Amino acid sequence: MELLRLATAGSVDDGKSTLIGRLLYDSKQVYEDQLESVERTSLARGDAYVDLALLTDGLRAEREQGITIDVAYRYFATPRRKFIVADTPGHTQHTRNMVTGCSTADLVVVLVDARNGITEQTRRHAFIASLLRIPHLVVCVNKMDLVGYSRERFDEIRQEFEGFATRLEIADLTFVPISALNGDNVVDRSGEMPWYQGTSLLHHLEDVHIASDRNLIDLRFPVQRVVRPRSEAHHDFRGYAGQVAGGVLAVGDEVLVLPSGFTTTVSSIETADGPLEEAFPPMSVIVRLADELDISRGDMICHPRNRPAIGQDISAMVCWMTDAPLAVGAKLAVKHTTRWARALVREIHYRLDVNTLHSDPSVEELRLNDIGRIDMRTTSPLFYDEYRRNRTTGSLILVDETTDATVAAGMILHPGS
Amino acid sequence: MTYQLTHLDALESEAIHVIREVVAEFERPGLLFSGGKDSAVLLHLATKACWPQAVPFPVLHVDTGHNFPEVLAFRDRRVAELGVRLLVASVQEAIDRGEVTEDRSPGGTRNRLQTHSLLRAIEEHRFDAVFGGGRRDEEKARAKERVFSFRDEFGQWDPRGQRPELWNLYNGRHHPREHFRVFPLSNWTELDVWQYIEREQLDLPSIYYAHQRAVFRRDGLLLAVGPHSQPREDAPDEEVVVATVRYRTVGDATCTAAVESTASTPAEVIAETAVARVSERGATRADDRFSEAAMEDRKREGYF
Ligand SMILES: Nc1nc2c(ncn2[C@@H]2O[C@H](COP(=O)(O)OP(=O)(O)OP(=O)(O)O)[C@@H](O)[C@H]2O)c(=O)[nH]1
Ligand SMILES: [Mg+2]
Repeated sequence: MELLRLATAGSVDDGKSTLIGRLLYDSKQVYEDQLESVERTSLARGDAYVDLALLTDGLRAEREQGITIDVAYRYFATPRRKFIVADTPGHTQHTRNMVTGCSTADLVVVLVDARNGITEQTRRHAFIASLLRIPHLVVCVNKMDLVGYSRERFDEIRQEFEGFATRLEIADLTFVPISALNGDNVVDRSGEMPWYQGTSLLHHLEDVHIASDRNLIDLRFPVQRVVRPRSEAHHDFRGYAGQVAGGVLAVGDEVLVLPSGFTTTVSSIETADGPLEEAFPPMSVIVRLADELDISRGDMICHPRNRPAIGQDISAMVCWMTDAPLAVGAKLAVKHTTRWARALVREIHYRLDVNTLHSDPSVEELRLNDIGRIDMRTTSPLFYDEYRRNRTTGSLILVDETTDATVAAGMILHPGS
Repeated sequence: MTYQLTHLDALESEAIHVIREVVAEFERPGLLFSGGKDSAVLLHLATKACWPQAVPFPVLHVDTGHNFPEVLAFRDRRVAELGVRLLVASVQEAIDRGEVTEDRSPGGTRNRLQTHSLLRAIEEHRFDAVFGGGRRDEEKARAKERVFSFRDEFGQWDPRGQRPELWNLYNGRHHPREHFRVFPLSNWTELDVWQYIEREQLDLPSIYYAHQRAVFRRDGLLLAVGPHSQPREDAPDEEVVVATVRYRTVGDATCTAAVESTASTPAEVIAETAVARVSERGATRADDRFSEAAMEDRKREGYF
């Protein structure tokens, strides 16, 4: 069975958690005791109806405040697919947790409250989703029950979103009018909106084609560990463990190892379950090479005629995730694939205004939840691709060297773009 | 060739990647091994991640002293097969040393006391990363936890201050005396675990499959009659019957309940799991029942 990772997004109270609760409930994936616990909490809180959002809002503080603070992961399956759902917070203050939930998603469901229409936070989240290159975006216009299931209202919001979306890069955009509270168009088509010709949300999630989203062209194999068992049984074994980050690796391939630049051939691809002829993303394997080369963690194996960019001057869009602002001159640790380095921030080009998508070059610093473009110089070269070409070799995190906190998500831009 | 992984292969690959990151970046990892099914799967994944080397780090059992003999036998068998080092952190010894006090009230368990022994063992063995078999589908607080979950110098989890965890770029940096709990099975469900057990033909303690057992019912849970749990004399409804049961989870024998079942193979367990109407913890754990946020509170203190 195929695995689809999806995340929710949208303004606070637009109904993200309720939708996930509804999806789980209507697809019969909520256990009785979990439902009872939600009913008890709802009753004790004096809710007028059972608040299905409590199925994902699991922290004490979330239940008290009725908002989502951090990502919750939930799981459900239909006969056709298995889903990993990241329910993310809508509150601006918790945007970094939204980015966490979305970074690995194949699909994002952006909720819009039909009464309020598109807000700054909707735009911010849609923008972050496109920045993170989530290939599929579904806009659920929610709370249709509160606007009399009005087709006009749905069309209005749809047009406004489409207008905004033309300035984003979204490969696949779909709109579904729903009521998360009542379940309209969530699992089954609703009788309330005969004018809507599309499928239910769940049906779309089961159907959307994700197999071609991966990069199977550019071979990228970041070395995670050098494997050299010092045991009798595997005396001469030397291999390189890692997870394929792009392309297809085959036995007999001529490969190039970075940074050394030596070429050799793949003599075998090994796993604990036996050898393989080929490996592709996201398989974790051990690669063995015909020649003994000097290779260590953080090195990169690729095809000689298809190399990643190599460099110490990195330009990236970053999402800043901590209270203390980022200023030029900052020194940070950077993790890219399996390599750690240090980075000096040399320039902040601009901050993006998520409302207008205009860049503001006048800023001196990036603050919590700001998105902007920076240049940095790293202490050792990174072997990278543009993020748009490869989400694994194009992403990095920045880490504060004093607190060890992760302070930014970075998406690498093309050199010189 | 479609170059498509099944969900089990994708989950396995993710777990192996996580384990290898820890082996590459941490100095002193350890793996929590209770002898339960999740830790059995975890240990199996560790052997795959380390292959062809042997698992280089020790496994740690936090032993409440209330064990199912089948589980202890399994624990020792697996440890011997793999040649890994077993460390036992004993709750009984902590009680005997007067470090913690046993809750002797009816329904009191040693569950919470495990935190003390766990943290003490982490300190004693200077573990900087401890693998756990926790899954996000188990419980609502776990559903919020990162794969690399930071613990401060007191071993505490801060659910509101978790580090962002982006892509598969795990940040395990920490200061001395801080550590990480690492959960390679974060994205696995109970069903995934059983499908994997079937596929990999993993050995488990026999009590995971249907067997006859003398049990009594308390608060809707089926508890085994044994040295650690007896029906109360003043409770006429706690009548002892012999039933066909299996365990869905294995923990402290005083607070882990059995479920009625005739499933005697992984395939039969999978069939039951797919249609189960009560969650794994709801069916089997007395410890989560007393409060809405029992797990969150325990985790804040440093629990698994
Ligand atoms: N009438 C109506 N109310 C809804 C609908 N969906 C959600 N709500 C209500 O809207 C409120 C907010 O819902 P949540 O699901 O908590 O919103 P959220 O988007 O998860 O909020 P955050 O996670 O805090 O950003 C709750 O009171 C819901 O019951 C709907 O379709 N119709
Ligand atoms: Mg929510």
